[in-house]
Amino acid sequence: MRWLMRRVPAGRTLVTSVPYLWLLLFFLVPFVIVLKISFSESQIAMPPYQPLVHWASDKMLQIQLNLGNFAFLVEDNLYWKAYLNSILVAGVSTLLCLLIGYPMAYAMARSGTANRNILLLLAVLPFFTSFLLRVYAWIGLLKNNGPINNALLALGVIDQPVQMLQTGFAVYIGMVYSYLPFMVLPLYSNLEKMDLTLLEAAADLGCRPWQAFLKVTLPLSRPGVVAGCLLVFIPAVGEFVIPSLLGDPGMLMIGKVLWTEFFNNRDWPVASAVAIALLMFLVLPIMYLDRAQNAANEDGEGR
Amino acid sequence: MQGRSWFRTLSLVAGFGFLYIPIASLIVYSFNKSKLVTVWGGFSTQWYGALLHNTQILSAAWLSLRVATLSATLAVVLGTLGGFVLARFGPFRGRTLFSGLTTAPLVMPEVITGLSLLLLFVTMEQLIGWPSGRGMTTIVISHVTLTMAYVTVIVQSRLSQIDESLEEAAMDLGARPWKVFFLITLPIIFPALLSGWLLAFTLSLDDLVITSFVAGPGSSTLPMVIFSKVRLGVSPDINALATILVGIVAIGVTMAGLVMSRQQKARDRDAQMALAANQQMIESLKRA
Repeated sequence: MRWLMRRVPAGRTLVTSVPYLWLLLFFLVPFVIVLKISFSESQIAMPPYQPLVHWASDKMLQIQLNLGNFAFLVEDNLYWKAYLNSILVAGVSTLLCLLIGYPMAYAMARSGTANRNILLLLAVLPFFTSFLLRVYAWIGLLKNNGPINNALLALGVIDQPVQMLQTGFAVYIGMVYSYLPFMVLPLYSNLEKMDLTLLEAAADLGCRPWQAFLKVTLPLSRPGVVAGCLLVFIPAVGEFVIPSLLGDPGMLMIGKVLWTEFFNNRDWPVASAVAIALLMFLVLPIMYLDRAQNAANEDGEGR
Repeated sequence: MQGRSWFRTLSLVAGFGFLYIPIASLIVYSFNKSKLVTVWGGFSTQWYGALLHNTQILSAAWLSLRVATLSATLAVVLGTLGGFVLARFGPFRGRTLFSGLTTAPLVMPEVITGLSLLLLFVTMEQLIGWPSGRGMTTIVISHVTLTMAYVTVIVQSRLSQIDESLEEAAMDLGARPWKVFFLITLPIIFPALLSGWLLAFTLSLDDLVITSFVAGPGSSTLPMVIFSKVRLGVSPDINALATILVGIVAIGVTMAGLVMSRQQKARDRDAQMALAANQQMIESLKRA
């Protein structure tokens, strides 16, 4: 690689700087602004917050840091409950995705080559189908007079329709349904690369298939499990669409709280404080994911 | 062994059934005569007709298509550069930050990205007067930021799989770096760019949360219209719309798949011909 660096010094900088500057301006700088506004006070104007920095008397620059928004978050029970509930819902959804996605990815990776490509296409296809419309499909399926309730009634399992929509159950269905491909794909690409002779060696040494799975396959698939879990968990914590379409309107989720503060209460500083608090919680998992992905890519280069 | 293959089939059927039955139900009920979406009242295509007269949905769809085309194209350009930098440039100052900035948008909860972009646009308008107001420009910028991350990941992983020796050979034969990129690298990763474009296009066409933050009054995209309708309950014309969108996606993905498999075949043939020519040369050298 060194010779390439030597030959293209100017071009290299140019090629790097275009996407770099774009991401700095439109992804990193915005967070600095959110941080700034989370320290300001709200006012009824456009934009609805007070400037942090203003000239107090002549040539006296005054910076007012207002910690009130964060104090508000800590004092009010609602925010705590929303944060904890979001983490709980995201954690359980991640676990369910893993329980369903691991056998799927395993079965895909151990199928014949021709089938494998078709199965992979089938796993990717939901990515290309509208997320919003797929969540919408569940409203129809889970309704009191929807096909699931009708089928259960016809089979005589239940006497009257079960309330499924606007419950935690519906939210979990929606979460697992929407995020399952994010779990299956990294697991599949990990399991597909696995050296199958290791399993033969384990069998030769007297391992039963399930022992070989627990002692060989499972530990080797750890990077896939970690990547899949992070890809599901991080966005799920801030999910807005699924709880607001499928969940109980009273269900507290932090994504919904942020949306309400911003759009309904028009309190931009509090919405920013909610975002910053959520971001603080997610920074570590995101950094961990980035490192895991870089390791996976270097692994690919070695092949 | 018998028991395990049974288990594998079950997990595949259950998993993919779970993924596809809801989509199938959307399509089936779009041909339902009854206005109560989930009660079957006979076959009908009336909801497709109703869709054609719904100017709100049509104008939102037109805006969404323009936004998606523009942002997918920009995202592919920027994402290809980003993926190339990460896969080919080795370590450089600020690489860790750059790599983090390309990963974070993939998983960042959309409410955070949306809020932060809106606050950026408002601040920029106060400071330099651009972008004045919110609308298509701000939506496109936001969608590019989100979707270029996906393209970067796709391009980076494709580049890390392909053999660098082709590019090095071209360099050794005296091709300038930009020529190597356009004549060697780009054709090889073209399938990845195609799937990156398609993914960026559908993500942009589908985005609700970020768009709701950065869209101004009067620039409602299709997902925003769908969301406001769906919040009030199911409605059959949304099913018809969903069926059309699923159809377009299925055709697009199938066509992309065909192009890719044809390219793959052509590449395999080229490789075989090169191998045969090589073999011939070795034979003739042996004879000489």
